[in-house]
Amino acid sequence: MNDFFTQSSFVGAVMCLAAFLFGKWINKKTKLPFLNPLLIAIIIIVAFMLIFNVDYDAFNNSAKYISYLITPATVALAIPLYKHIALLKKHFAAIIAALVVGTFSGLLSVYVLSLLFGLNHEMYVTLLPKSITTAVGMSISEEFGGIVTITVITIIITGILGAIIDEPIYRILHIKSSIAKGLGLGAASHVIGTSKAMGIDEECGAMGSLSIVVCSIITVIASTFMSGLI
Amino acid sequence: MTFLKPLSIIFACTFAGELMRYTIPLPIPANIYGLLLLFFLLVTKIVPLSSVESTGNFLIDIMPVMFVPAGVGIISSWKSLSSILLPYIAILVISTIVVHSVTAKIADVIINKKR
Repeated sequence: MNDFFTQSSFVGAVMCLAAFLFGKWINKKTKLPFLNPLLIAIIIIVAFMLIFNVDYDAFNNSAKYISYLITPATVALAIPLYKHIALLKKHFAAIIAALVVGTFSGLLSVYVLSLLFGLNHEMYVTLLPKSITTAVGMSISEEFGGIVTITVITIIITGILGAIIDEPIYRILHIKSSIAKGLGLGAASHVIGTSKAMGIDEECGAMGSLSIVVCSIITVIASTFMSGLI
Repeated sequence: MTFLKPLSIIFACTFAGELMRYTIPLPIPANIYGLLLLFFLLVTKIVPLSSVESTGNFLIDIMPVMFVPAGVGIISSWKSLSSILLPYIAILVISTIVVHSVTAKIADVIINKKR
C-alpha cells in the first residue's frame, strides 16, 4: 500500500476531501458540535492508515498539496478584515484590551498547568504557542527547543476544541456580540476558529482574522520571556 | 479568466511575505507578513477589493480541509504524546477555555458599556 501512496499525486488530497465531506455530512445530520468535520476527517484517515499500514510520509506525499494552500488562505483573511475596518476603528480599545489580556491569560494558564503537572521545558515550550496560527507556533516551538511536530498537532487540536466549545461559553457568560465571539474564536483557535466565526457572520469572521494577527505578535513577544520560566 | 488576477495577487502577496520573512530577522512567518501586506494594499486602494474578493472568499471557504493532513500527523507524534496524555488534554482544554472566555467576555463588557 505504501508503494501506491508514494507514487500517487492525488490519493492523499482526495482522501482529505472525501473524509471532510463525510464529516460535514455527519455534522449536519447529527447537529452535534463535538462531531466537528475536521475532527471526523482526521479520525477516519488515521483509522484507514492504521488498518492498511500506510506511513504518514507516504500519505503526506500527496496530501501536502492541500496543506500548501494554508499560507495563501491565511493571507486572504486580509479581505474580511479590510471589509470591516470601520468596526476595528470604532472598537479599537476594546479589541486590543481583550486580545492582550486574553492571550496573556492563555499563556499563563499553560505555564501554571505545566508547573502543576511537572512538565519539562521541552514539553512546556511545545504547548506554549498552542492558540496561534501554525506557522508562527512552529517557529516559536523550534526557537525555544520544543518538539515541532507535536506543536503542530497541538495547534490543530486546540483549533477544533475552540470551535466546539464556543457556544456553551457564550451561553454561560451571556456573550451576544459578534465582535466578542469572533475575537474569542480567533484568539483561542486561530484559523480554525476564524473559519467557524466566518460561518456565524462576516463581522465575526473579520474579528477572527484580526485576532490571528494580533495574538501571533503578542505571543511571539511574550514567549521570549515566558519560555524561560520552566 | 475571472479568477486569474485575484489568484495572482494573493499568491504574489504570499510570495512577498516569504521574501520579507527571509530578509527581516524577526520570528514572524510569511503568512502574517502576507496578510498585513494585502491589508495595506486594500487600505491604500492599490488593490481594489473587487479584484481579490472572489478567490479570497473561495480560499477562506475551503480552509478547514487544509488542516486535515497536519492533523493526521498525530500518527507520528503519538508515541511521545501517549505518556503524558492526561496532563496534555487537561492543559489543552483548560487553557483553550480560558483564552476563549477571557477574550470574548472582556470585549463584550467594554462594547456593551459604550452603548
